[in-house]
Parts: sequence; structure tokens; C-alpha cells
Amino acid sequence: MTDPTEILRLKDVTYNWPGSASFGLHVPDLTLARSETVLLLGESGSGKSTLLSLICGTIIAGSGRVSVARTDIAKLSAGQRDRFRAEQIGLIFQQFNLLPFASVQDNILLPLRFAPERHNRLNDPKQEATRLCHDLGLPDGVMSSKAGNLSVGQQQRVAAARALIGMPPLIIADEPTSSLDAATQATFLELLFAQSRAHGTTLLMVSHDARLSSQFDRVIHMADIAQTTRGAT
Amino acid sequence: MIFRLAFASLVARALTVGMTILAIALSVALFLGVEKIRTGAKASFADTISGTDLIVGARSGSVQLLLYSVFRIGNATHNLTWESYQDIENRPEVDWIVPISLGDSHRQFRVMGTTQAFFERYKYRSGQSLSIREGAIMNDLFDAVIGADVAAKLGYKVGDPIVVAHGLASFTEHDGQPFRVSGILEKTGTPVDRTVIVGLRAIEAIHVDWQGGGQIQGQSTPAETLRQMELKPYAVTAALVGVKGRLKVFGLQRAINEYAEEPLLAILPGVALQELWQIVGIAETALIGVSAMVVITALIGMMATIFSSLNERRREMAIFRAMGARPRVILGLLVFEASVMAALGALLGLVLLYVGLSIGQPMIDSAFGLWLPIEPPTLREVRVLLGVVVAGAIVSMVPALRAYRMSLADGMMVRI
Repeated sequence: MTDPTEILRLKDVTYNWPGSASFGLHVPDLTLARSETVLLLGESGSGKSTLLSLICGTIIAGSGRVSVARTDIAKLSAGQRDRFRAEQIGLIFQQFNLLPFASVQDNILLPLRFAPERHNRLNDPKQEATRLCHDLGLPDGVMSSKAGNLSVGQQQRVAAARALIGMPPLIIADEPTSSLDAATQATFLELLFAQSRAHGTTLLMVSHDARLSSQFDRVIHMADIAQTTRGAT
Repeated sequence: MIFRLAFASLVARALTVGMTILAIALSVALFLGVEKIRTGAKASFADTISGTDLIVGARSGSVQLLLYSVFRIGNATHNLTWESYQDIENRPEVDWIVPISLGDSHRQFRVMGTTQAFFERYKYRSGQSLSIREGAIMNDLFDAVIGADVAAKLGYKVGDPIVVAHGLASFTEHDGQPFRVSGILEKTGTPVDRTVIVGLRAIEAIHVDWQGGGQIQGQSTPAETLRQMELKPYAVTAALVGVKGRLKVFGLQRAINEYAEEPLLAILPGVALQELWQIVGIAETALIGVSAMVVITALIGMMATIFSSLNERRREMAIFRAMGARPRVILGLLVFEASVMAALGALLGLVLLYVGLSIGQPMIDSAFGLWLPIEPPTLREVRVLLGVVVAGAIVSMVPALRAYRMSLADGMMVRI
């Protein structure tokens, strides 16, 4: 039985990348509750990306169970996993995570194209996109601008709006502040937290910057939740 | 939205995409241009002679008879005797008959002896008649009418003298009986343009003092005397025949082919032209093959362009994947992009073709006598254009499948 307050649960998950110099990851137990903000700290090569890929269902655990919103994602077909990811998870990457040739509006609305339930939660997606941009401090009239023409800080806010639109239950942010200066970083996080709380969204943020710890409900270290193996298996 | 994003992505890579579209457009324009020239040449070839029901000559092959009588290529092995010619002329089925006498030349051009009826009866390009651009048709025994190419190449004008050489590639000339250019024909795009036309009697007149291929020593009949002489030909090379009613053509053809007095051959010009085109068709096929290869090369170029863009577009694909796009959406996007590029290339190629045709049409007509009509695209051309788009989609499957595999491997965490 799964806890209805859980949004994410990894239990005895193992994954080994193919190849002779394979990298392996074992996560005995990791649980995230609904509406929780969690900072996942880890050094480069600690398996953060592999963990995120497992959660997002782009790779499937060799053993163990990965549940998102009480669904065992290994039981879904590849196509179902892609749609499930679009419906349940909002993603923010470190940088370059917008389509530079597309408008801000198209970038924000893109996940809704693959997530009909998320789309149906909104009466007017374009209006919601405009509202999110406004709440995230983006200037009026930004919707029709090309994403590639925005500053890095503005691009990250657009990426946050894209992750938040349609209120997915889980947002994963992979080092979203690393390319921002300190002032912009603080503002961005403030806005992200405000929006996450407003929508009751769980936020899992990956970073190697421990200074951010105080702003999160919980801080976990990769070294504490996972073991890695390297070399031939 | 996905299609809009695909268009936006294409616009963002305007230079490389534009060059690819241009390469496809040029290859399509070349292919369709070759096709236009091929069909134009075929039509022009078939239109070399029209309105003539039968061509009659000494028995040989039908293509050979067509070649020497109409295209002035090669020589007759035998002639048609004047008696046989008159027998045919007197047959009830015959509406009209025009003799052709070949054998002599002027510079690199053939000299053809005929009657004034030739100008009335010879038709080309769907029944078009010969017309005189300058001067008039032969009035005097030593008058000559020259084709447009003869006039252009040799710089002749009406009134200029012409000395006919005996036979072909001969150094012996009929310099005792020079001709005078009485008229210059309009360009026709047929072998008539490269012909010096004189009267049939004139051919006899210039050979009065000749025997066994050489001039009789010390004999030179004055022109005035020749004009007074009754010059009756002994033989002609061939004859163009018009028949009273199409149903009688085959009967007359059979009668001539079974003519007991002399082995003769009567051919239907249209059938012989088709036979000849089949021989020429090998070059036609080669031409189509070469231009098709150009189109294939352009499509492979497009494939290479997509391939080379894949690496720089891994982020774009990873973003689509992260947003929930299945790998097959990525595959579909690339195939769609390639189809758009191929379609735009095909359309631009069509535009280039028509622009080229409108500019080149009069020049090609005047230089080669080849009339290329500007008409809406034929069904065959539309099929070619659709074929290019489909082929573009098919060749794009190769990089698209690679993108599919890359997006599966990269997932959404690509870092470049």
C-alpha cells in the first residue's frame, strides 16, 4: 500500500548504465510528500541525473520500484510513461531549456500539448500563461517575444512558468539557479517557492549549493540516499 | 502548435534551410526543364513534317528513307525513276505529289531540287506552311530559296550568288551555272532551315554538261541556252505524296510497295518518325536519368543537412522529450521538416522553371527552332513534384531514425 500523502517513492531501486565502464546507482528508499519542498544536494557524478531520469521514466530501474503519484512507472508502456511525465511532472533545467526560436507563450504551453488532463484543468491556458508570467515578474507583453531574445534570468522564469502551468503535482528543478547571479537567484527561488506553495506542488530541486538549504522544508544528500558503483559489472 | 514550432525551427535555421531548398529547387527546375525540352524536342521532331501522307523512295529502310528525304541525313542508295514517279502521280488515289532531288551541296548545306508545289504542300508543326521572310520563291531557272540557318550562317541576302558543288563534300563546283538567292525562308526549326532549295529543272540544268560524275571536257552550255532547253529529270531521290482521303493511304502504300517495275518503298511519315524516335530515345532516357540523379543528389544533400543539424538540435529534441513528446514525435517532426523543405524546393523549382521558360523561350526558338510552350504543369510534372516531396520524406527517415535513437538515449538530460 502506498501513502496517499506521498507524491514520489523509490524503493530498493537499482540501475546500471550499459557499457564496460558502467555506472550503477542503488537507492534503498526515498519518499517525497505532497507540497513538500526538498533540496537534493550532490556532487558531480553522484548519480543525480540518473536519479532524475529514473523519476521521469526515461530510464527504467533494473530492480525495485519507482512510484510517482502512486503509479509504478515501470508498469507503463514507453508511450504511457511519456504522457505520464507530461501530466505529472514539471521540469526546469539548468540552462538552455527553452526553444529559442519559439515565442514565450508557445514555450509555456508546450507541455500541455502532450498532457491533455493538465490542459483540461485550465479554462484558458493562454490567460493562465500570462498570469504565471506576471506572477513570476516577467514584463507585460513578453508572451509574444522570442524566448531566445530574453535574458538568462527571464528565460529561467519562463521555464518555471512552463513547469508550473496546469499544476502538475511534482516539479523537478535541476540546478535551475546555477547560471543566475546571486540577486536574480534569490528572486527566482522566492517566486518559485511562492508559486509551488500556491498550487500545492511538490518541489524537488537538485543542486550542489548547500547555501540554499535553509529555504527548503527538507534537505537530502545523494550520499545519504544512494550508493553508486563504477567499472565493469 | 507542433507544426508551428517546426516552422519556427526551420525559420531559425533560415540560411542552411534556404540553401537546401534552393538546391532542391534547382534540381527540380533542371529535371522539369529537361522534361520540357524532351517533350518539346519530341513534339518538334514529330512536327518536322505534317500533312504528307506518304514518302516514296527507292526500296531501303523506312528510317533511312525518312532520314535522307526529310532530315537530309545520309544518302539514298538508289533513285526513283521519273517514269515510276509519273506512274504514282497518275494513280487515282494521289491528290498531290512533290518530287525531291538531293545529291548536291553548297558549303555544308544540302541542295534540294523540287517544284514550287513544295512550298505549298510541305507542312510542319501541326500544319504550318513555309513562309518567305525576304524575297520570293524561285521564278528563274537559276533562282534559289535558302533556309533561315543558311542565310544566317553564310550571311546571304536576296540577290547574292550561290555556286552549287557537285555531290557532297566535293571540290568540284557547278561554277559555270551560278544561282541567285531569290528568297529567304522564315525559321521553321526543321531541316528546311539548313537547305538550299532550287528548281527540279535546275538540278538537271547544272548536270547537262556532266557525265559519269565529271564535267565533259570543254563543254559548257550557256545559262540562256539552258533556260530554253526542255529539261526532263531521269530520276528523283524521293517524293512527298498527299492522298485523297485517309482510308486510301494504306491501299496506295501497298500498291507502291508492290510496284512491279521498280523496287520502291512508301512510308507513313508518322510511323517512321516514331521508329526513329525510339532510336533517339536511348539518349532521351540517359538525359532523364542524369537529371533524376541531380534530384536524388539534392535530396541526399538535404539528408546530409538534417544529419549535420542533429547534434546542434539535441537540446531541442531533449526539451520536446522532457515536455512529454514521444520519440516518434521527434521522428515525425524531422520527417515533416524534410517534407516542408522538399515541398518548398519543388514549388520554387516550378517557379524557376516558368521564369526560365519565359526568358529562354524566344531564345531557344530562334537558336534551335525548338518551341517550348508555357503551359500549366502536366499531370506527369505534378507527379514528379509529389514524388520529390515523398522522396524527401523517405530520405529524411534516415536522420529521423537516428534522431529517434538519440532522443531515446539522451532522454531529457542532454548536456552539450
